[in-house]
Amino acid sequence: MAEPQIFNRHNRTLAAYAIGFAVFLYVPILFIPLFSLNSGLYQRFPMDGITLGWYAQLFTRGPVFDALQNSLQVGLSVALLSTVLAVPAAKALSRAVLPGKRPITGFVMLPLVVPGLVFGVALLVVISRLGVPLSLYTVALGHVVVCLPFAISILLPRFEGANRSLEEASADLGENGWWTFWRVTFPNILPGVVASLLLTFTVSFDEFIMAFFLSGTDATLPMYIWTQLRFPQSFPSLLALSSLILVASFALVFLSLWFARMGRTDTSLVSR
Amino acid sequence: MGSADEQHLGTDQGRILIHPLAPPLDQEQAITLSSSNSLGTLPAPTASGRFLHRHETLRGYLLLSPTLIVLALAILIPFGLLFTMSFWSMSGYDMVRTPTLGNYAAILEQPMYGALLSRSLMVAAIATGVTVILSYPVAYYVAFHVYRHKMLWIILLTLPFWTSYLLRIFAWRVVLGYEGALNSSLMGLGLIEAPLQAFLYSKTAVTIALAHAWAAFAILPIYVSLEKIDKSYLEAAADLGDTPARRFWRITLPLSLPGVVSAFFLMFIPTVGDYVTPAMLGGPDGMMIGNLIQAQFGPINNWPMGAALSLVMLMAVAVAGAVFLLLTRLVRR
Repeated sequence: MAEPQIFNRHNRTLAAYAIGFAVFLYVPILFIPLFSLNSGLYQRFPMDGITLGWYAQLFTRGPVFDALQNSLQVGLSVALLSTVLAVPAAKALSRAVLPGKRPITGFVMLPLVVPGLVFGVALLVVISRLGVPLSLYTVALGHVVVCLPFAISILLPRFEGANRSLEEASADLGENGWWTFWRVTFPNILPGVVASLLLTFTVSFDEFIMAFFLSGTDATLPMYIWTQLRFPQSFPSLLALSSLILVASFALVFLSLWFARMGRTDTSLVSR
Repeated sequence: MGSADEQHLGTDQGRILIHPLAPPLDQEQAITLSSSNSLGTLPAPTASGRFLHRHETLRGYLLLSPTLIVLALAILIPFGLLFTMSFWSMSGYDMVRTPTLGNYAAILEQPMYGALLSRSLMVAAIATGVTVILSYPVAYYVAFHVYRHKMLWIILLTLPFWTSYLLRIFAWRVVLGYEGALNSSLMGLGLIEAPLQAFLYSKTAVTIALAHAWAAFAILPIYVSLEKIDKSYLEAAADLGDTPARRFWRITLPLSLPGVVSAFFLMFIPTVGDYVTPAMLGGPDGMMIGNLIQAQFGPINNWPMGAALSLVMLMAVAVAGAVFLLLTRLVRR
């Protein structure tokens, strides 16, 4: 398709600006891995020397492993739960003729907009009135609420983009609804399901504010980092820990977004 | 595609597509039709199954119900209780459940609350405004000037948003710290003698960090709305002799305004109530309403007051949002 001349003109200023913007997005974050290699206790230039010692020190910290285990448990359950809930919801929102679809979509997307703090305290109020002790379960509940809109917004375009006539053909050939879903619809939306699992896992793994209000004695990794921040001597090993978390998160989210867009021509991520 | 004028008839065997002009089949016919198409060994449809298939709407609600139940339990009940609790009061360590307007009266009377609230609205509005303005050209560039690696651009630009908020704010502490990366390099270059204190623990630090943390997200809705613009409008304008600047002002900008507005809301509402950034970078001067709410549920231990403050904050955000919407309406005219 030949693009008309008016859009083809290269705009160097705009390109330079966009590249500068992208660089600015990443530079502050890069200071974390950079200073995690610094042998000194303080994060300043010139750096005192290069060391991997802070990473080695991480392995001597038992609580780090406990927190990691907690975060993995919560993350995996949240990813599974929110994706399992989101698949039928996204199917309904994209397919069925639903009176009140707009308000329902709005309600489902609410956690995306309402400050996490308010959600955290509102859930805390109910949980404590019910007399339920705070635990990893309550954290997971909070995370499911946070993750559901993300899972649905990733899956929705998948359902909308899927070729409906394949499903109709399957139905015409006598397949029932259940098998039509597993043999036709599901392979079609599979990249979206993988993307949703990866993204919700990462969001839960990195989430702080819900965990801050809803966790009991078992800390998740972000909670652990938060409580250690007030000790200056643990700062460098926190930087090492944070670098590892950042690398893992970036890799997972990159994969997730790649899957989410695989084979799709439209470009919306947050659909409304 | 075009399912409005096609007729879907549900059977347990699946849906049968009927030509729009054909007379409607009844349930019995439909079933025989579809089973004769198959090997004829399919189980007989159950009554409830037939009922569900015939009511696609009902089936839709059924598919949605698990999500809606979870969200209703986790949103409506908590917010209902938060609302109720905001009318309670504290007596020593105990909550008194007699309804009173005391918390709201205190919020109105004591200037500290109003000051914190308006500071939070200001900080969030400035951070959001700056972010939206700065990300617009980037979204524009990717929408109109990138052809080959569009997907990669969008992924790279939005990637940071999905990763740990806590760590991205933590990074700013490393950068802006008293002896941090910025101050030490400025000193190393001989530009300043002693570390500047202006950066860390201030409103400025909070604003910068908020803008940076949300920029990756603000780009998305703007980009989507720019991408949707029908290029033939621009071609028509060009053919009719409009300059690029006029094309932008008269076509691109107005048509992308919905994206700008939703970017504004998607960032403004959560940032007003942010807790992590002011707690980590704000200091006393950069404290926001979120810190006060957290304190009510933590060290101050006045949950009813915390509930009232949360609701007042949400109302203030709603009012600010309505004003913003009205303003954009006026501008559009």
